[in-house]
Amino acid sequence: MSILSKGYQARQDRRRYLERTLGTLAALGILYWLGINFAKSPSQFFQASLIGLSNGVLYALIALGYTLVYGIIELINFAHGDLFMLGTVFSANFISVWFGKTHTGIAAFGIFAACLVAVMTFGASINVGIERFAYRRLRRAPKLAPLITAVGMSFILQFVGLHWNGSGQKTWNSILPSGQIKIDNVTIPYTTIISVIITVPLLILMSWIVSRTRQGKAMRATAQDQDAARLMGINVNRTISFTFALGGALAGAAGLIFQQTRGLTSYNLGYQLGLIAFTSAVMGGIGNLQGAVLGALLIGLIQGLNDGLPIGLGQQWSQTVVFSILILLMAFKPTGLLGKTVTEKV
Amino acid sequence: MSTLLEVKDLQVAYGSILAVKNVSLTVNEGEIVTLIGSNGAGKSTTLRTISGLLKPKAGTITFAGERIDGKEGHEIVAKGLCQSPEGRRIFPRMSVRENLELGAFLRNDKAAIESDMQRVLELFPRLRERIEQKGGTMSGGEQQMLAVARAMMGAPKLLLLDEPSMGLAPVLVDIIFETIVKIREQGITILLIEQNAAAALDVADRAYVLESGSIKMSGNATDLAKDEAVTKAYLGG
Ligand SMILES: Nc1ncnc2c1ncn2[C@@H]1O[C@H](COP(=O)(O)OP(=O)(O)O)[C@@H](O)[C@H]1O
Ligand SMILES: [Mg+2]
Repeated sequence: MSILSKGYQARQDRRRYLERTLGTLAALGILYWLGINFAKSPSQFFQASLIGLSNGVLYALIALGYTLVYGIIELINFAHGDLFMLGTVFSANFISVWFGKTHTGIAAFGIFAACLVAVMTFGASINVGIERFAYRRLRRAPKLAPLITAVGMSFILQFVGLHWNGSGQKTWNSILPSGQIKIDNVTIPYTTIISVIITVPLLILMSWIVSRTRQGKAMRATAQDQDAARLMGINVNRTISFTFALGGALAGAAGLIFQQTRGLTSYNLGYQLGLIAFTSAVMGGIGNLQGAVLGALLIGLIQGLNDGLPIGLGQQWSQTVVFSILILLMAFKPTGLLGKTVTEKV
Repeated sequence: MSTLLEVKDLQVAYGSILAVKNVSLTVNEGEIVTLIGSNGAGKSTTLRTISGLLKPKAGTITFAGERIDGKEGHEIVAKGLCQSPEGRRIFPRMSVRENLELGAFLRNDKAAIESDMQRVLELFPRLRERIEQKGGTMSGGEQQMLAVARAMMGAPKLLLLDEPSMGLAPVLVDIIFETIVKIREQGITILLIEQNAAAALDVADRAYVLESGSIKMSGNATDLAKDEAVTKAYLGG
C-alpha cells in the first residue's frame, strides 16, 4: 500500500468517525426533544403522532406513484402530484355535484364507495393515457426529453384543474361522519379512522401485486432490464402501462381521501402534496416501494410532531425541518433509507 | 429436414449506420449452426433482430413457416424462439430460481416447467447450489450458465446463443460447449454466435462467416474449419 493511499485511508476513517459522532449526537438530541415533550404532555404527544401518521399514509399513496414509475422507466413523473389534484376535483364533483350528496348517511356511504372505484379508474386511465401519448415515444430519447415533457404535463393538468375547479380554493361538505372517538385526552376523528381503513388495505394490495403476481414479476423484470424482459416473453409496453395504472389509481384514491377529510379542492394542491410525496419517495430510496411508504410515514410524523408538540418550532417551520432532514440524509446516504446499491458483476 | 429459421436479405441500421448489410441464412430443425465473425461484424445485431429487439430495415425473417420480422419480442418468444443474449443480461436483483422462472414466463404447464427446471439444474449443477443466490452476486461464469439455462426454460424450438463463452476461463468454456451438444441432444435446434471460432466449428453442423455486415462464406462446419481463408482470419493459423 502506498503512502498516498494510506493518507487517504486515514482521512476516510476520520471522516467516518466524525459522521458517526455527529449522527449519534443528532439522534440523542431528537430523543431528548421527544422525551421532554412526552413528559410534558403525553396526550399531546400521541395526538401529534396520530395526526402525523394519518397524513403520512396519504403521502404514501401518492409517493408510491412516483417510485413505481421511477423504478420502471427512471422517469420522475412531475405530473403525478397534479394527477392527485385532479383526483380531488373529480371526487368533489362526483359526490357533491353529480350525485348531490352533501351529508352523511347510508346512501352517502354507497356513493363514497362508488367514488373510490370511479376515481381510481379515473386516475389510472389518465396516467396510462399520459404514458401512452407523451412518454412512450421518448423512451429511447435522452433523459432530459421525457423529464421536460413531464414538467409540461404537470402544467397541462394544472390548467385542466384551473378550468374545472376555478382559480380559487373551493370548500365542500364531507359526506363522512364528523364525530370522533376520545381516549383520555386524545381525539381520533372518524375521518382519520376511515382514511386509514381505506389506505392500509390499498398499500397491502399493492405490495401483494408487485411481489406475488405474474404482473408484478413482469414489472420487476422490466425494471431491471427491459430487453432481457422482452426476451422472456414479457410485453414490456403493457407492463409499463400497468405500472402507470397502479400509480394513477393510488393517486386517485388519495384524491378522494384528501377531498373528503379536508373538504377542500384547489388547482395548485398537486404542487404542495406532490412535492412532499416526491420527497418521501426520495427519502425512502426512489424506486423502492417499502422505502416510499417509510419515507411518507416519517415525513408525516416529523411534520405532525414538529407542528403539534408543546415545545417545538411550530408549523411555520414545518417544511424547513422536513427538507433539512432530507438534505442531511442525502449527504450521508444518497440512495435514501432503503435504497440499495446492488453489487453487479460485469 | 425441414427449415426452422430462414433469414433473407436482412438489413439492419442503427440510425443512419447500416450494421447488417446483407445476411441470408437458414437453420434446419435439429441442427447446430454457427455464425462466426470478428468483433463488430454484425452478429449480435442479427440475433437481436431475429428476436424482435430491433426492427429490420429490409429483408424477411421466417420462423417455423411464419413471418416474424416486425413482430414484437414477446410474440416471437411465444412462438418458441428464445435467446441467451450477449453480456448475459440476467436479472441481478433476483435469485437464480426467479431468473429461471422468468425464463418460463409465458408457459402455464406447471408440471412441465418443474421438470424442465430439474433438467436444466442437472445440466448446470452449479446453479442448483446457488439457487437462492441473487443473480448479480454470482461470478461471470455462473451468470453465463444462468443465462443459457434461463433461455432453455422457455422450452424453445430454436435457441439463439450469443457468445456464451465470452470472458470465461478455459475450463468453463469446455463445459459450455459440452453443454451445447447436450442441449441439442434434447431436441433443441441451436444458432450459435462465437468469437471462439475453433470451438464453434467443432460442435456445429454448418457455419456462416459474417464480415462487416455481410455473409462472406457458408458451408459444412468441418469443411470451413479446413478452409484456408477461414483458418487465417479466425482460427489463428
Ligand atoms: N446500439 C448501437 N448503436 C449504434 N451502433 C451499434 C449499436 N450496437 C452495435 N452497433 C454497431 O453495429 C456494428 C455491429 O455490432 P454487433 O452486431 O454488436 O457486432 P458483433 O456482435 O458481431 O460484434 C458495430 O459496428 C457496432 O459498433
Ligand atoms: Mg456481439
